[in-house]
Amino acid sequence: MYSNMVTLQTLDTIFYEAQRQGRISFYVTSIGEEAINIASAAALTSDDIVFPQYREPGVLLWRGFTLQEFANQCFGNKADYGKGRQMPIHYGSNKLNYFTVASTIATQIPHAVGAAYSLKMDKKDACAVTYFGDGGTSEGDFHAAMNFAAVTESPVIFICRNNGWAISTPTSDQFRSDGIAVRGQAYGVRSIRVDGNDALAMYSAVHSARHMAVNEHRPILIEAVTYRVGHHSTSDDSTKYRPANEIEWWRMARDPVTRFRKWIEINGWWGSEAESQLRSSIRSQLLHAIQIAERAEKPPVNDLFTDVYDNIPSNLREQEKLLKETINRHPKDYPADVPI
Amino acid sequence: MAAIFQGVGAAAALSSLPSNSFDSKNILFSPRRSFSVRKAPSFVVVRSDGTMNLDLNPKGRRAQQFIANAVATKEDSSAASSSSKPGHELLLFEALREGLEEEMERDPRVCVMGEDVGHYGGSYKVTKGLATKFGDLRVLDTPIAENSFTGMGIGAAMTGLRPVVEGMNMGFLLLAFNQISNNCGMLHYTSGGQFTIPIVIRGPGGVGRQLGAEHSQRLESYFQSVPGIQMVACSTPYNAKGLMKAALRSENPVILFEHVLLYNLKERIPDEDYICNLEEAEMVRPGEHVTILTYSRMRYHVMQAAKTLVNKGYDPEVIDIRSLKPFDLYTIGNSVKKTHRVLIVEECMRTGGIGASLTAAITENFHDYLDAPIICLSSQDVPTPYAGRLEEWTVVQPAQIVTAVEQLCQ
Repeated sequence: MYSNMVTLQTLDTIFYEAQRQGRISFYVTSIGEEAINIASAAALTSDDIVFPQYREPGVLLWRGFTLQEFANQCFGNKADYGKGRQMPIHYGSNKLNYFTVASTIATQIPHAVGAAYSLKMDKKDACAVTYFGDGGTSEGDFHAAMNFAAVTESPVIFICRNNGWAISTPTSDQFRSDGIAVRGQAYGVRSIRVDGNDALAMYSAVHSARHMAVNEHRPILIEAVTYRVGHHSTSDDSTKYRPANEIEWWRMARDPVTRFRKWIEINGWWGSEAESQLRSSIRSQLLHAIQIAERAEKPPVNDLFTDVYDNIPSNLREQEKLLKETINRHPKDYPADVPI
Repeated sequence: MAAIFQGVGAAAALSSLPSNSFDSKNILFSPRRSFSVRKAPSFVVVRSDGTMNLDLNPKGRRAQQFIANAVATKEDSSAASSSSKPGHELLLFEALREGLEEEMERDPRVCVMGEDVGHYGGSYKVTKGLATKFGDLRVLDTPIAENSFTGMGIGAAMTGLRPVVEGMNMGFLLLAFNQISNNCGMLHYTSGGQFTIPIVIRGPGGVGRQLGAEHSQRLESYFQSVPGIQMVACSTPYNAKGLMKAALRSENPVILFEHVLLYNLKERIPDEDYICNLEEAEMVRPGEHVTILTYSRMRYHVMQAAKTLVNKGYDPEVIDIRSLKPFDLYTIGNSVKKTHRVLIVEECMRTGGIGASLTAAITENFHDYLDAPIICLSSQDVPTPYAGRLEEWTVVQPAQIVTAVEQLCQ
C-alpha cells in the first residue's frame, strides 16, 4: 500500500511538471488524497466496479494500470485506450473495471447505482463504488442517486472526498449541513465519516462498508475528510483564494504519505534507504515512460469517426471522406506526424 | 397537492376504492392492485382532502373518432405491414408491449425502468403485466428523478444489462438531457470503444389533446444533434413492435419516440417474429407527383390529405421517414429523383426541427433533382397553448397539406 501511495505522489509531481513544461496539455493532481485513493482501492476486490470523478487515479494504479499506460493516456497517443479522444487524466479501463472518467460532475453517481442494480440482479459477489468531491454533493444527481440506491437496495459504496474545496469554493459556501455524512441519514443510507488522511482508517472503513453493501444489499456512504493540497488542476492557481501557509501546513504536517511512512517505519518494516531507493526507481520509470509516450505515434484520423456508433454509418463515412480529401488537397496545413 | 393521473385504466379501478378514506399513498406506492383496461383516455383528479373526481375528458372521445378515421385511411393505402399469414389484431400500445415482452423473454438482460412502470403498468399501459410476469427487479419503479434513472440506466447498460428507460412523457426527459448528451451518446466514443451503452429510451411525446405546453414537447428536435445516439419514431402497431425489438437488439443507444395520440391505433400484425430496420424509411403510398415526407402522427394527417388530393387528381408519394437520426437518404433520394417535388410535414417547431435538418440534407444532396423549393410544414415557434382551438392550429392540418401540394405542383 505504501509504495503505491509513493508512486501516486511521484506520478502526480512529475506529470504536473511535464504539463508546466508544455509536454502535456493538462493535468489534475491528487496530492493530499493518496490515502483515500490507495487505501480504498486496497479494501475492494478487482470485481468491484469503480465509477470515478477524476481525482482517483490511485485506484487504477492499485489495480495494475502501468505507468506507461498512464503516460499514454496523458499524451493521447496510439496506445491510449481512449484513442486520444479525451483530455489527460480521463483514464478508463474495462479490464480493470474502472469506468472512463467524464468531465461532468456527479453524473457517475447514478451510473454506479445502475451498475450496482445490475450486479444485484446477476447475484454477483461484488459492489459498485463511486467517488466524488464535496462539490459534487450539491448536484441533483447525487441526491437522486442516493435516494435510488436506498430504495432499490443496491450494493453501492458512495465515497465522498471532502477535501474542503470545489475549485475556489470552500465547503462553507458549498453547504451548511454538518458535512456529507449527515445527508446519507436523510436518505436512509448508513454513513461513515472517516479521517481521509489516515490510510489504515480509510482501509477499514471501506472494508466494512463493502462487507455491508455486498452481504446486506444496501448502499453505504463514506465521507473521507481530507484536504486538497494541489491546485484544482493545472489551469488553477489556488493561492489566489487560499493562504499559501495553509496549503503548506497540510502538505507538510498532515501529509498522508508521511504519516503512513512513520507508522511502517516504527514497526520496522521500512527505512530511509528503502525510501530513497523506491523514490528514485519510480522517478526514473516515470521519466522513461513519458519519453516513450511522447515519441509514440498519435492515433490516426480514422479514429475521429469510429466508435460513435457500433458500425460507422453512411453520413459519418461521407464526412470522413470529405476530411481526407481536404487533407490531401492541403497537406501543408496538417501536422505531418498524425497518420491518416 | 392535487395529482393528475392520465392513464388508461386508472379510472375504472379507482372508482372501486372507498371514496371517503383515500390515502394518497395507495395510489403511488401500493403496487399490488390490478387495474382493468379501458380504452378511453381519462383524467382522475386526486384532491388533498381525499375525495376523488372522475373526469372523463369529453374531447377524448373525439380523439378516438379521429383516430378511427386515420386507421381506416391507412387500411386503404398500400399496407407495408400485413403479411400473408392471418396475424392478430391489436392496439399500438399493446404492440409495444408485445415487442418488449418478447425481447424480455428472449434475453434475460432486458429490463425496464421508469416511473409507474411496475405494477401500475405504465401510464399508457405499455408495461402492463410485465412486473407480474418478470418480477420487480426487471420492471423497476423509480422515484421521480429523470436525470438519475436515465443515468442509472446508462450505468446498468455499461455493466451488461439492456435497459429500457421510460420517460412518462418525452418532455420529462429534458431533465435527463445531461445524461443523454454527455454520457449516453459520448461514453462509447470517449472510452475508446471499451464500454457500450445498449440502452433504449422511449416515451410518448408530441402534441396531445390539451395536455398543456409542458407536456406537448417534441424532443426529437433537441436530441437530433447529439452524436452517438439513434432516433426512431413509430407510427403504426406494426412498426411500433418492429422498432421496439430492433432498438432492444441494437448495441447503440436508441431513442424511440412514440406519440400520445397514437396509442389506441388498431392494426393486424403478423404472428411471427419480425423487426423493422432502425435506419429505414417506410413507403406508405407510392406516387408520381410529389414526395411527402412525414413521421409519427402527422402521417395520418398526410394520409387524410392524400385522400383529398387523389380526388383532385394528384398522385402523392407518402413516405414515413421513421428513422429521425440518421435519415434514410436512400429511400428519400430515390423518391425525390422520381417526383422532383418535396413537401415535409412535421409536428416539430419551425426552428431547428427535424424538418429543418431534413430540408438541409435534401437540398445538399439532391438539389439538382428538385423542380421547386422544398416546402416544410411545421408547428409554429410557440409553446403549445391549452385552449383546444388554439392547440389545433399549432398542429399542421390536412387542409394546409392539400394547399401546400397544390402550390408545389403549379
